[in-house]
Amino acid sequence: MTMTMKCITPKFLFAVVVLLLPTLASAQEGDLNGANTAWIMTSTALVLFMTLPGLSLFYAGLVKTKNVLSVLMQCFSIAVVISLLWLIVGYSIAFGPSESAYWGGLDKMFFSGIVVDSMAGDIPETVFSAFQMTFAIITPALVVGAFVERIKFSAMLLFSVLWTLLVYFPVANWVWGGGWLGQMGLIDFAGGTVVHVTAGVAALVTALVLGQREGFLTKPMMPHNLTMSFTGAAMLWVGWFGFNAGSALAADGAAGMALLVTHMSAATGALTWMLIEWLKHGKPSGLGAITGMVAGLATITPASGSVGPAGALLVGLSGGVICYFATNYLKQVVRIDDSLDVFPVHGVGGIVGTFLAGILVSDRLGILSGNGYAEGMSMGSQVMVQLTGIVAVAVYTAIVTFGLLKLVAVVTSGIRVTTDQEQVGLDITDHDETGYSM
Amino acid sequence: MKLITAIIKPFKSDDVREALSGIGVSGMTLTEVKGFGRQKGHTELYRGAEYVIDFLPKVRLEIAVPDSLVDQVVEAICSTANTGQIGDGKIFITNLEQAIRIRTGETGDEAL
Repeated sequence: MTMTMKCITPKFLFAVVVLLLPTLASAQEGDLNGANTAWIMTSTALVLFMTLPGLSLFYAGLVKTKNVLSVLMQCFSIAVVISLLWLIVGYSIAFGPSESAYWGGLDKMFFSGIVVDSMAGDIPETVFSAFQMTFAIITPALVVGAFVERIKFSAMLLFSVLWTLLVYFPVANWVWGGGWLGQMGLIDFAGGTVVHVTAGVAALVTALVLGQREGFLTKPMMPHNLTMSFTGAAMLWVGWFGFNAGSALAADGAAGMALLVTHMSAATGALTWMLIEWLKHGKPSGLGAITGMVAGLATITPASGSVGPAGALLVGLSGGVICYFATNYLKQVVRIDDSLDVFPVHGVGGIVGTFLAGILVSDRLGILSGNGYAEGMSMGSQVMVQLTGIVAVAVYTAIVTFGLLKLVAVVTSGIRVTTDQEQVGLDITDHDETGYSM
Repeated sequence: MKLITAIIKPFKSDDVREALSGIGVSGMTLTEVKGFGRQKGHTELYRGAEYVIDFLPKVRLEIAVPDSLVDQVVEAICSTANTGQIGDGKIFITNLEQAIRIRTGETGDEAL
């Protein structure tokens, strides 16, 4: 049973161990596991690779030529400032030793007390912290897709810093750092709620507050370079092995299963999206294939430590179908300019995956069985916990995001560039550069 | 001298160049252009958003030739750039007052 539980919420259990035995944990440098350490260092590189350059290229290819550099710059700058924020206070808020169920306190500011021999479980604490930092980087970078082509660079940077500080770090603590959602038994292996629901909901709120781009749905807004987007998307797929399988925090069977189900869900999501387009429009599109892949990956993320390979097929299928219709509904019917579809793909994927994890974790579903419920949990109680986690994280994210956007608008005298600047493009407006000279 | 401007389908440019070399045309300029005619545009679909693309990619050839070569050039372009499908393009012929080779200063037919 202990093994089963470890498979379900290793981050949570690990955090509890560290919280209860801080001195013991830091004294056990002799128990370092080389294999686990090597895998988590590799995963750290893989997850950073997802943002730089994976997500950056994926997003940059989807915007207009005159904004390509601004998107690369937004993602890159977020990686820069969030890394420093992680060092200063982020790690402490997310994974600090505070007994509060809502944040980790300030005891580990500036990585206070972390030395070469500090341990987190059986890997160095430096490695654990760096791995978690890459998640903190990609989450605000995902939100970029909602506000591309029209946000001021200064507003973007300030918003991303404050948002990560007040949304990402606390929510990471709630779920993975020993906080209240983790204590309730929420299944979120690699960030369905922590990463995808927070980023997706923030994207939706940002798109609403910021408004549509000039010419949205009236002028053609084609991706300027789908080859670039394909390249970035393929990097995301590869990097996601570190994201999900690395979240086992060990090189073990749980990591292996996470890697396998992640891959299968990505493939299923891509195929699903292609087939829907083929049926509805007569042709499967390249952009559809890679979008379905991202949907499959986002959806399996929370469930990747719980479901089996056949369950992953169902997760990828659900992600592909639901995210496809969510994307069309939001853009064509509700007409919200969440420009690169962050909410319908990541937010909806994260919600669907977190919900499905509560069902497909069951070991009584025949071929669709997962790893089994934690002691004392049933399908009903687990699903309730999952729904609580989704709603709590979504509502908290929406409220704080809205408040922050209003605050940032005051500080930077508006968050949006002028209409003229938007027409010129953000590469020139914000950076005095152009992405291409041809 | 005449200036022959031909708008053709991009994938036909190599065939046309070969045919023209064969009849003694010694130079031409090729530009990638966009435009529309009877072929109209087409629709493209990105994540469910459908856009009508009015301007289609074409290639514009500019060929300056002595009067004696005009008919052969037109014949060569018409036969090689023809697919029988709508959108094969057009040929425009204009009078050319003067041509000068920058390196030597030669003028007229000598410069072509």
